[in-house]
Amino acid sequence: MDDDTNTREASAIAIADLTFAWPGAGGVCLDVPDFKVSRGERVFMHGPSGSGKSTLLSLVAGVLEPGAGRIVVLGQDLAALSARARDRYRAANIGFVFQMFNLVPYLTALDNILLPCRFSCERVSRLEVPAPAEARRLAERLDLEAGLLDRPASELSVGQQQRVAAARALIGRPGLVIADEPTSALDADRQQRFLDLLLAECDAAGTTLLFVSHDHRLSRRFERLVELRDINHVGRRAPG
Amino acid sequence: MSVLLHLTLRSIANRRLTVSLTALAIALAVAMLLGVERLRHDAREGFAQTISGTDLIVGARSGAVQLLLYSVFHIGDATNNVSWHSIEAIAEHPQVEWLVPISLGDSHRGFRVVGTSAEFFERYRYGRGREIGFAEGRPFSDLFDTVVGAEVAARFGYRVGQSIVVSHGAGEVAFADHDDRPFTIVGILERTGTPVDRSVFVSLEAIEAIHVDWVGGARIPGVSIPTEQLHRFDLRPKAVTAALVGLNSRVAVFRVQRFVNTYPDEPLMAILPGATLQQLWSVIGVVERALLAVSAIVVLVGLAGLVAVVIASLGERRRELAILRAMGASPAHVFGLLALESALIGLIGCGVGFAMVQSGALLVGPWLEARHGLLLSAGWPSHGEWMLLGAVMSAAFVASLVPGFRAYRYSLADGMSVRI
Ligand SMILES: Nc1ncnc2c1ncn2[C@@H]1O[C@H](COP(=O)(O)OP(=O)(O)OP(=O)(O)O)[C@@H](O)[C@H]1O
Ligand SMILES: [Mg+2]
Repeated sequence: MDDDTNTREASAIAIADLTFAWPGAGGVCLDVPDFKVSRGERVFMHGPSGSGKSTLLSLVAGVLEPGAGRIVVLGQDLAALSARARDRYRAANIGFVFQMFNLVPYLTALDNILLPCRFSCERVSRLEVPAPAEARRLAERLDLEAGLLDRPASELSVGQQQRVAAARALIGRPGLVIADEPTSALDADRQQRFLDLLLAECDAAGTTLLFVSHDHRLSRRFERLVELRDINHVGRRAPG
Repeated sequence: MSVLLHLTLRSIANRRLTVSLTALAIALAVAMLLGVERLRHDAREGFAQTISGTDLIVGARSGAVQLLLYSVFHIGDATNNVSWHSIEAIAEHPQVEWLVPISLGDSHRGFRVVGTSAEFFERYRYGRGREIGFAEGRPFSDLFDTVVGAEVAARFGYRVGQSIVVSHGAGEVAFADHDDRPFTIVGILERTGTPVDRSVFVSLEAIEAIHVDWVGGARIPGVSIPTEQLHRFDLRPKAVTAALVGLNSRVAVFRVQRFVNTYPDEPLMAILPGATLQQLWSVIGVVERALLAVSAIVVLVGLAGLVAVVIASLGERRRELAILRAMGASPAHVFGLLALESALIGLIGCGVGFAMVQSGALLVGPWLEARHGLLLSAGWPSHGEWMLLGAVMSAAFVASLVPGFRAYRYSLADGMSVRI
């Protein structure tokens, strides 16, 4: 028992006996008896379209609530938090990069990077320099020219948008970065470059990375590969 | 909160055109509402002050409204006259400071001729104690001098020095002209927005003079007294239609009223013009309330447009809301974002609408008053206008909840994934 608690504390993500069904949908979407990601680990998750990868990420982020089971993120049991506190916890501890259209179109690239800092004081407090300076540093590391930062997000190319999104996910060193197919809108060359930058920054900050993609060519760069079907037991277990 | 305000302002700035058109629609609706309210208020005020500074109006006993209608508005006719003897008796009452007799019955090209004393121009007050001013000329002094109101002068292009003829009887079709006794215009009055504008003023003696060779509404056949001979006649009036009375002290108003109402020699009555004007307004006030109702509906239409625009934008903004959710925004934040946006648009609409009325009143007000006698005053919102503005803003706030709740529901259902 104590052992169990200890591994949970040491894990970035610890899921136990999770089930989830979309309201209105016929059956159960996810049934995950046990899934753990340790701190600092870089995990590549794949699976067929519609298998529930994005749904699992929403559950880990605390945006969706599980029907049953337990989700512990960076040592915090999400069920123990109120909805409002879960939103704060997410703002403070999880960075996101999505497939595309990551940015709020009417904000400048810089304001987009700073967005998590506006919703979370903790992210700001983890910075050694003022937030805008840190945003510019990250942007530079991600190969974004300084001139781009003051342009509205809607004027950036897709590749630039994805790098802005990566900077936004990383600012204030969240414990966990979740990337949901962040490279599928990029060509092969840019995919590699983007991944290089993302992995380098995660390494530098010691951040856990949960990376979802269809593209197995990218999986070589990760320590651990997870096929969702292997952890999701939907349809396998007899009811009851 | 400051996050929301920042995001809201940027989002509004990003959709300037739609947002400003929506705010403009609301501003126009609010301007209409406030404009109607202000015109209505000023019209009532102006109406209630058609005659001010006069404490009592005395006439033959009839209805209060009827006496007001014929003596001030020149609508309808008196049932009876008041004998000069009674007028003198009232004028001698110790509480009476001044008395201006009025004699009606003749007309000039459809406008009423008012026989009165020259004191009328000093004593008559309208609005908040404003005096009648002379645009040109002076009060009458000679027997056949006349002073015309602003509208009479404007309608016929009269100037000082011109000759006019008055007709016996009132209304558009007068019975016979007093063409043997023409009058000379010696004064033209400034516009007042009261029935004074539509009146032709002559002295009481002149009224007597043009009727010396008349009996019962017709010229005595074969009798024509030359104008030079008129001084031989006693031109003091034998009777008048009504009289405006001013008192030494307003406190005495009911005492003097009782004195007139119980005058033994003749059935007379005295009315308080302000009270009777209010009574009359309540009859014609239905129209203004209907106007106000119409503009309230216009405001509702404007707000419905606001809700429609913001909800329509929601479809495009679901992705943005999902991003904000992932960044740590709560569903309450999302609700606040949308509600704040529409509340801000509503607020801007109200502010701009008020500014429109205000500048309209400043720019067009003087012209309206000069040309049409309509009062439209500029100034801070009155109590009634604050109530209206408050009602519109509350309605805008309630309307803003609609997109807010929709966004709230979306963000709960969508989570971080974006639905199309
Ligand atoms: N908001 C929603 N409401 C109802 N059902 C949903 C909703 N979102 C997803 N689903 C259902 O849940 C299942 C899993 O969807 P999910 O988006 O997690 O798949 P995915 O593995 O991320 O697919 P992809 O690789 O195409 O992104 C699908 O069958 C989908 O129909
Ligand atoms: Mg997905």
